[in-house]
Amino acid sequence: MSNETQSKSKNKRTLERAAIRFAGDSGDGMQLVGGKFTETAAVYGNDFATLPDFPAEIRAPAGSLPGVSGYQIQFSRSDIHTPGDAPDVLVAMNPAALKVNLKDLSEDAMIIVNSDAFTPGNLKKAGYASNPLEGDTLKGFRLYSFPINKLTSDALESTELSKKEKDRCKNFFALGLVYWMFDRPLDSTLTWIVSKFKKLPAIADANSRALKAGFYFGETTETIREFYQIPQAEVAPGIYRKIAGNEATAIGFVTAAQLAGKQLFYGSYPITPASDVLHELAKHKNFGVRTFQAEDEIAAIGSTIGAAFGGSLALTGTSGPGLALKSEALGLAVITELPMVLINVQRGGPSTGLPTKTEQSDLLQAFFGRNGECPLFIVAPATPGDCFYMAIEACRLAIKYMAPVIFLSDGYLANGAEPWMVPKLEDLPAIPVHHPGPMEDFQPYLRDPETRARPWALPGTPGLEHRIGGLEKENVTGNVSYDSENHQLMVRMRAAKIAGAANDIPQAKPDGPDEGDMLVVGWGGTYGALRQATETLRGQGKSVAHLHLRHLNPFPANLGEVLKRYKKVVVPELNAGQLRMLLRAEYLVDATGINKVKGKPFQVGELTHAIEEALG
Amino acid sequence: MSDTTTIAKEQTKKLTRKDYESSQDVRWCPGCGDYAILATVQRSLAEMQIPRENVVFISGIGCSSRFPYYMDTYGFHSIHGRAPTLASGLKVARPDLSIWVVTGDGDGLSIGGNHLIHCLRRNVDVKILLFNNQIYGLTKGQYSPTSEKGKRTKSTPFGSLDYPISPLCLALGVETSFVARTVDTDLKHMAMVLQRAAEHKGSAFVEIYQNCVIFNDGAFKGITERSVKEDNCLYLEHGSPMVFGKDKNRGIDLEGVNPRVIETNGETDSLQVHDEKAAEPTLAYLLSRMQNPEFPVPFGVFRSIERPSYDEMLVAQEETAISRTGPGDLAKLISGPETWEVKPQ
Ligand code: SF4
Repeated sequence: MSNETQSKSKNKRTLERAAIRFAGDSGDGMQLVGGKFTETAAVYGNDFATLPDFPAEIRAPAGSLPGVSGYQIQFSRSDIHTPGDAPDVLVAMNPAALKVNLKDLSEDAMIIVNSDAFTPGNLKKAGYASNPLEGDTLKGFRLYSFPINKLTSDALESTELSKKEKDRCKNFFALGLVYWMFDRPLDSTLTWIVSKFKKLPAIADANSRALKAGFYFGETTETIREFYQIPQAEVAPGIYRKIAGNEATAIGFVTAAQLAGKQLFYGSYPITPASDVLHELAKHKNFGVRTFQAEDEIAAIGSTIGAAFGGSLALTGTSGPGLALKSEALGLAVITELPMVLINVQRGGPSTGLPTKTEQSDLLQAFFGRNGECPLFIVAPATPGDCFYMAIEACRLAIKYMAPVIFLSDGYLANGAEPWMVPKLEDLPAIPVHHPGPMEDFQPYLRDPETRARPWALPGTPGLEHRIGGLEKENVTGNVSYDSENHQLMVRMRAAKIAGAANDIPQAKPDGPDEGDMLVVGWGGTYGALRQATETLRGQGKSVAHLHLRHLNPFPANLGEVLKRYKKVVVPELNAGQLRMLLRAEYLVDATGINKVKGKPFQVGELTHAIEEALG
Repeated sequence: MSDTTTIAKEQTKKLTRKDYESSQDVRWCPGCGDYAILATVQRSLAEMQIPRENVVFISGIGCSSRFPYYMDTYGFHSIHGRAPTLASGLKVARPDLSIWVVTGDGDGLSIGGNHLIHCLRRNVDVKILLFNNQIYGLTKGQYSPTSEKGKRTKSTPFGSLDYPISPLCLALGVETSFVARTVDTDLKHMAMVLQRAAEHKGSAFVEIYQNCVIFNDGAFKGITERSVKEDNCLYLEHGSPMVFGKDKNRGIDLEGVNPRVIETNGETDSLQVHDEKAAEPTLAYLLSRMQNPEFPVPFGVFRSIERPSYDEMLVAQEETAISRTGPGDLAKLISGPETWEVKPQ
């Protein structure tokens, strides 16, 4: 724990920030308690960032290493941008959780374990030859070993619940204990428990008791001598909420539809980690949102193109393998020049890859993964909250230019949460939409001279009957044309339409010096880590600027010029160097990469170190 | 403004077949069965006076899939096999439109089989016309999923090994609410079936036997040619006994769960009566299994039942949601279940 300061209170210490990881079996409810801790931190007024980490298997064998599920939160009194490199506190509900997470911890981290789970059977499943709670394995750590099962069931003694039901409350006991340790109020979690288990009052009562018992246990136990306070963060005044990326994405698109005065259509096939967008949107029927769970990925985008033709603000969502399946249909959206957005929540690939882990390896697929010359817009949100704004931006581009947009989110953004200042409706941009009315001699490919967009003519409008499709279109008339000159014209036209929007998006503006030794260029969910690392280096007097691209196709118009102002360009990415390749090809700049493909986000420490090394 | 008035005037005019013809030259091979289908579809739409602007034809890839280009309605020539997906999305977005899918045996049953199944089982209110010519035309003559086993084509010089799929068995297997068969040579019958399909609320699936003069000429000749037609075809009529034959002297009855052909000698009481409205698709399924030469091939409406369509139910859910909670409150949605305020220091 950094920047410790002694407070007046004898056994209460004030900290700048702390990172806690809750870990246990996937059935232990660790995501739940992590989420509740986060909500409490949010309402308390800390800045925070979270990193849920769950196994791909729904229920791997209990007690096994692959079955460990974790949730990390860093919360702080000052601005932070990542969930923290090395947790200061680990809550391990069983030996497997201890084993999997031990290597990640900070040097003198505190470890709270449930000793009841350290049975010979569980130790064996975790691959421990002897009990790590005895012996030297945990030397150097501050170990607190409590029989959490027993303590929980003692607390619930007077209830009618079965042993199994009592055991199930142990996560709330652990949470209560951590609440005490970090001087947190219980009310927001207690309120939640009551409303969540409205129909099961006995369970609600038991969980509330377990939570409180954990808290009082912390207060009374002799073993723990101190507790910590992390005061409210000093952030810009305003109304805040907690938001995760997939949630912000869904809400952003609902908002965009309202701003455009459109029905929102979402055609999707369930896929990790994008399914939450479907779940969220499916709730909002009263906003006129129409969700369609298709039979497969291709049907999902097919239905989206159909809905776009009908005049909906049409979206589809998927993850990497699904993007591959949607390629041909994306080409159809490009050639028919219909507005639609494809949300791609990236995960580790290739093939099925690492479904629950994050990666940024679909950038080139988004750029080039289609037959023919097939450019489209690509945008990438930088933070969970930014998913909201980039959703609106994606819709603006799609509608204004009559073209498909790929929205590149990733597993880290999707599931990670942060505090987010709630925008005022009146501050959001309107999205103008134009549909031609009845006319004679309608030309479906007659373009707007400025944007090169063709008209969005809706079925049901008399006189505008026209046919579109995947065969090459004659410019202006939209009739099928195999003419070679026309084909070249149309290929160039479609490209120029996308490229032309470069002047309609914000210019590239790095954080830090306008020119200097190094520009660190990133995109997508690595924003927090890159920002923190470059700020740290600037704090040490280094000439390092940070540019985070939210528009990837087209790039901002001034990007080439910005890149030339720095002696070195470094591109950290969670892939093998995809943006770096594009920048080198496009701008003939000698960019180098910092690349990681472990299914995990960058740590600030490793990144700072790598950038320093590149600085030379 | 003047444009609008001319169009408004045009709208009050009675629509004729010509109004549904686009300016594009029709490019099927001379003699292709598609011509007759195109003309009949245009004529039927005029007959029903469905405003052109409310009609959308959607197709995939193949000879039949050029169809939308020749219709002066809205149209979408999409990608191979995927037309039902576009149609489903469009119907969900725009339940007000009359949406037609034109597909073939390759497009609809091979590459697009999955989409066909799911569109039909959901009972999305679209009309699917499957032109079955039992061959791949556009790719120049390979066997298709409906080709008879042993078919010699360029890709199967020793004869195809696949057992064919029956489009109607498939459609009935997923409980399609409207299932019918017609043929490109019987324009009156086709017009009747098309009209029935158009009037049906929900998925309507129509198999149209279509002759490919180039790669599979005469595929249905033995069934539908004038000289043999009456003996080899069974024309289904709801509520009537299943009688066929030049002299109306043969019929179908059921022996246990198996249909059989019997001589009627003018006596039709023991014959099976066609019931297109039967809740269970069993009888329709038995009919869809009947093939020459053992049986006459049935034509007409196999099944036509009422069940709420997907789009109808979706709109109803939306209306219920709005009436229960009122239209969505965007500010509330954005601020979420819990907020906190940071006051200026
Ligand atoms: S190849 Fe066959 S199906 Fe295709 S247009 Fe020619 S005759 Fe018709």
